[in-house]
Amino acid sequence: MTSYKDIPLTGYRRENGRVGIRNHVLILPVDDISNAAAEGVARLIRGTIALPHPYGRLQFGADLDLTFRTLIGTGRNPNVAAVVVIGIEPNWTNFIVDGIAQTGKPVAGFSIERYGDLKTIEMASRKAKEFVHFASELPRVPVELNEIWVSTKCGESDTTSGLASNPTVGRVFERLEAMGSTLIFGETSEVTGAEDKIAERCVTPAVREKFLQTFQAYQDFINAQDADLMGSQPTQGNIRGGLSTIEEKALGNVEKIGRCTVQSVLEPAEEPSGPGLHFMDSSSAAAEMVTLCCAAGAALHLFTTGQGNIIGNLIEPVIKMSANPLTVQTMSEHIDVDLTGLLRIEINLDQAADKVMEMMARTINGRLTSAEALRHDEFVITKLYRSA
Amino acid sequence: MAHAILIHEKEDDVGVAVRDLKKGEEVGVVTLEGEFVTYLKLSEDVPLGHKVAMHAIAEGKEISEYGRSIGKATQAIAAGGHVHVHNIKTLRWSK
Repeated sequence: MTSYKDIPLTGYRRENGRVGIRNHVLILPVDDISNAAAEGVARLIRGTIALPHPYGRLQFGADLDLTFRTLIGTGRNPNVAAVVVIGIEPNWTNFIVDGIAQTGKPVAGFSIERYGDLKTIEMASRKAKEFVHFASELPRVPVELNEIWVSTKCGESDTTSGLASNPTVGRVFERLEAMGSTLIFGETSEVTGAEDKIAERCVTPAVREKFLQTFQAYQDFINAQDADLMGSQPTQGNIRGGLSTIEEKALGNVEKIGRCTVQSVLEPAEEPSGPGLHFMDSSSAAAEMVTLCCAAGAALHLFTTGQGNIIGNLIEPVIKMSANPLTVQTMSEHIDVDLTGLLRIEINLDQAADKVMEMMARTINGRLTSAEALRHDEFVITKLYRSA
Repeated sequence: MAHAILIHEKEDDVGVAVRDLKKGEEVGVVTLEGEFVTYLKLSEDVPLGHKVAMHAIAEGKEISEYGRSIGKATQAIAAGGHVHVHNIKTLRWSK
């Protein structure tokens, strides 16, 4: 097997210096009622993708801030070459445009009121066509692995996740940290029972304090619901796969960070301010969490699964790996990296990490992931509370 | 005899079945590094990915995996028995 170290990497160097591994022209609706126009443009203009979603109206406070941060962050992601923003009215539309424009990438906004969908689609399509010509002429250039921000999350975990696939990601993350990469993990509720393991990896007492406060706030939120989480956390899939308690799931979950040091605690969808590993306050629901990682700027995602979570993301390619032989056998079309050799003790963690890093190199260079090929284009905004 | 149970820490109360195991089978227990720990006879069927008690566990006792507590036994569990939601309960979010 060719070593991943021998594969020259190429990517797209954006106006602000960030490196992307995909080159999307995005048609981004600000709100639910602008989905139709955004999808209309994407149907007309080859090489564009629309990102429909159900929110963006009458939200307020922290919930509105998070939706804005998610939309702006998704547009800012270095896997995106240019963005057409469409909203119902110009004020919030321009707010999203301005947030994306800070990166220096081409972005234009259109609002539907006083034009209607059809006129808006025409104007936005002309701009989208310009952006497609621009993006399609951008060359892939040599890039370094440590310029590509990487995020991780596990889903439909089982005992094979904690034994094998999560420690493999941990080993990969240790290597990437040593190279100076920027890394993101999170899943605030799902570290319950292993929160001390993260706390002890925090770089300073201040970061540790912020992590523990963030963790406790989520605990308080869960306890305030006065509900039994059995079947939700752990999920029915986790239980089917042999996980019995949240502590057991969490101890497996935190294997993904290996012996890395936590440099900061991020708000949901907040961009890390420097290299190293960052904890992002986030739900453990796969599509929500990966959407937040993408909005925080991650260009490539490492996703481990036990029972077979099939999640993908339209902007941030998701490499999926599993060590569960039943899952790899019955759901092979979803699995990019087969780690079942770890359970048979045919390969060790370093060899497993080599397999993942080889797939990372190929994915960076353009290989579509299973989730990309299967059109798993999940984009799910985290909603904090109901709208006004 | 090939291994059929993996264990995180040698002192753990439970290991993980890496294939479907049948009552009465005697199988090898190894660490992920491949170090042999013991042989264990199954007292119940245990499916792939599910936990097996390495020794008898008394009701009310905390159960360790990863060298850490993962919950408490809600009933006595025999050596080689199936450890799952029917006989272990979380110590967190306990309603």
